[in-house]
Amino acid sequence: MSYQGKFRVWRGDDSGGALEDFTVEVNEGEVVLDIIHRLQATQAPDLAVRWNCKAGKCGSCSAEINGRPGLLCMTRMSIFEESETITVTPMRTFPIIRDLVTDVSYNYTKAREIPSFAPPKDLAPGEYRMQQVDVERSQEFRKCIECFLCQNTCHVIRDHEENKEAFSGPRFLMRVAELEMHPLDTADRVDQAQDDHGLGYCNITKCCSEVCPEHIHITDNALIPMKERVADRKYDPIVWLGNKLFKRS
Amino acid sequence: MPELERHSFDVLVIGAGGAGLRAAIEAREHGLRTAVLCKSLFGKAHTVMAEGGIAAAMGNANESDNWQVHFRDTMRGGKFLNNWRMAELHAQEAPQRVWELETYGALFDRTKDGRISQRNFGGHEYPRLAHVGDRTGLELIRTLQQKIVSLQQDDFQEFGDYEERLRVFQEFTVTELVKDGERVAGAFGYWRESGRFVLFEAPAVILATGGIGKSFKVTSNSWEYTGDGHALAMRAGASLINMEFIQFHPTGMVWPPSVKGILVTESVRGDGGVLRNSDGKRFMFDYIPEVFKDKYADNEEEADRWYTDQANNRRPPELLPRDEVARAINSEVKAGRGSPHGGVFLDVSTRLPAEEIRRRLPSMHHQFKELADVDITAQPMEVGPTCHYVMGGVEVDPDTGSSSVPGLYAAGEVSGGMHGSNRLGGNSLSDLLVFGRRAGAGAAQYVRALGDRPVVAEQAVAEARATALKPFQHEGGENPYTLHMELQQSMNDLVGIIRRAGEMEEALQRLEKLEERARSLTVEGHQQFNPGWHLALDLRNMLLVSECVAKAALLRTESRGGHTRDDHPSMDSEWRRKLLVCTTSGEGVRVEEKPQIPIRPDLLDLFDRTELEKYLTAEELS
Repeated sequence: MSYQGKFRVWRGDDSGGALEDFTVEVNEGEVVLDIIHRLQATQAPDLAVRWNCKAGKCGSCSAEINGRPGLLCMTRMSIFEESETITVTPMRTFPIIRDLVTDVSYNYTKAREIPSFAPPKDLAPGEYRMQQVDVERSQEFRKCIECFLCQNTCHVIRDHEENKEAFSGPRFLMRVAELEMHPLDTADRVDQAQDDHGLGYCNITKCCSEVCPEHIHITDNALIPMKERVADRKYDPIVWLGNKLFKRS
Repeated sequence: MPELERHSFDVLVIGAGGAGLRAAIEAREHGLRTAVLCKSLFGKAHTVMAEGGIAAAMGNANESDNWQVHFRDTMRGGKFLNNWRMAELHAQEAPQRVWELETYGALFDRTKDGRISQRNFGGHEYPRLAHVGDRTGLELIRTLQQKIVSLQQDDFQEFGDYEERLRVFQEFTVTELVKDGERVAGAFGYWRESGRFVLFEAPAVILATGGIGKSFKVTSNSWEYTGDGHALAMRAGASLINMEFIQFHPTGMVWPPSVKGILVTESVRGDGGVLRNSDGKRFMFDYIPEVFKDKYADNEEEADRWYTDQANNRRPPELLPRDEVARAINSEVKAGRGSPHGGVFLDVSTRLPAEEIRRRLPSMHHQFKELADVDITAQPMEVGPTCHYVMGGVEVDPDTGSSSVPGLYAAGEVSGGMHGSNRLGGNSLSDLLVFGRRAGAGAAQYVRALGDRPVVAEQAVAEARATALKPFQHEGGENPYTLHMELQQSMNDLVGIIRRAGEMEEALQRLEKLEERARSLTVEGHQQFNPGWHLALDLRNMLLVSECVAKAALLRTESRGGHTRDDHPSMDSEWRRKLLVCTTSGEGVRVEEKPQIPIRPDLLDLFDRTELEKYLTAEELS
């Protein structure tokens, strides 16, 4: 059941690099990460790759396989032809550190800019009451494993480095939506989504949802509903008129 | 020599899983400048792998539940070897720690009246596990991560700097603790990304590094679990207890080979899943041990009725503590009644409607579909035991998490005592929170009371640096990957789920040879993000900890919880009164017996005398 597979893996650092060819054993049931590990153990001991749980739960091993963003641990070798050359490259949107490892600090910076959960002041711990149907909306977004594949794929930053300042990306716009839909969060998240996190940059091409390994409906369930709330607040002509007439802020 | 990067903090927390983050939150809330050092990215720690839930006697699903019942279950699960004070604190404080998570923003699954839903689990008398589907660990880690961010935002408001009092150093490995005389003075390590060395000066260090599973071949643990905290503590002069007790989780994936060992949550059984052998028989009825006969159903009808009527029926034997189920599966496979790939069948497809399975067990459904091409709503899973958890760890003071070394604390899996000889499912996440918080508070108190701060000796720093660079000095020596594979194979085969004296003696001989070869490890390339070098340094810890496991296991001539001796198959009440304590003075591991602390009388009174007779000696009962 084993065969010799052909691989091209990007090797290098922030000063440059190139694709390197390898021929390596592939066994039944393996995933791409297994092959990368075999390369480390037998041919390239200093090949840098991030990984952790190897079960699609931690979101560490994000990369691009034949140009398609995915988790190395959840991409099975059986989806490829044995004769196919498989190309593994690092995520393109983030600066290279070495080989398949990128600098994902952009994401941590953005995470820190979102005001945290604002708990109700009148409820003590243990007094929280919420209905399952109400928590489920935010629970879907909390399935996020922070692999940052959506961030990597979103063309707003993938093709426009200059947007990184103003745009938090699908993962963190979804975090804003998650807090907005939290049954007990007391903060207002609508204006900040648009003004501070660049929701308006998103033009709902749904690439983020397509690459999400957790199959979260990022665009349909998080971003579009947030856009609707923003539109209701900021652009509804009747609301606009009401605000003008009654001087609501 | 490039200049050494230096930082100074009040409290260092090593590890960013549940225990580490909870400890850091506590230390920071006490106003101390706190740093978290972790090997992976922030938010990726092994806690994300926890699936089933957090055990806490909130009584939401069954009003009869309370801390005393939880305490009893925990002691039974650990076969009474537990540190009773830890078990007591844990049972009492777990509900508060869970409710507190809600104030941080956690969203647990709900009961009909809007409270936190609780599910059944092995060894727990009542439905007790707060959960989010089967991804509770992810919820826990994300919630704590977001709480840390929230505290950093507070500091930004107050000081204009997010990292004024709480900073996370991610992808950073600690290789050595440094001391000033008897006291802890800081930690030395390197950035994984650049390989540059860093010295942290701090009067208090909290170890929260998790377990040791990477010393075994078949394991549910990630690469991080190399026993770093266990080894750091020992080298700093602290002692480890209970190292012979390793939990083999009964249900790991067995196929395909590349995912062998990955966890299949106990919730599958808690929610109705059953274990069958190749004859289609629910074999667990044949494996109910004497001590549990009155608590577990001996026929399928009663077991099935229990899911809807717990007051009038005994529990299904699939929900026995993990050590019992793991041994049973092992026996079935050995007797030739296993599944095609060397496990047994775990079936939930005939027990629940497909829709319900997808709702309650979404990540299991996803995991089997993606990795094994198995649809668990239509087919059984193949499962077998996998190395999951080490009960043993740093010997600590229950109330503060302090080790015997002043300034050194431990919490979570790296600490020992709480779970005795076997941990119940769901008691790990609650352990992290209860004792993470306590260690954070303990360290804070210690630092506050400190007169003069310890000073790091430059000599110690130079030695730590030399040790870390050693693998680059050799040429043509051993490959760390090869050595690691041999270690895993030896531990798996010789100190695994069923143990024999001869095999463990052989394991110790092999370990000695591996230690010798490890001295000439060779690493190619340079210090920047070099996985070969990282493994070479981690191997040192794995070898030390493996020696503890093998030596303690050889000495304990009885079977109890996560320690099963083929040559000493029964439990021995005399051994319950003894702990095996591991220390090192540099060369090799020393293991000594130490008397177990007797259980406080009012806690003993929570049990029937007939039950105590199964565990305690006549002398203790009189």
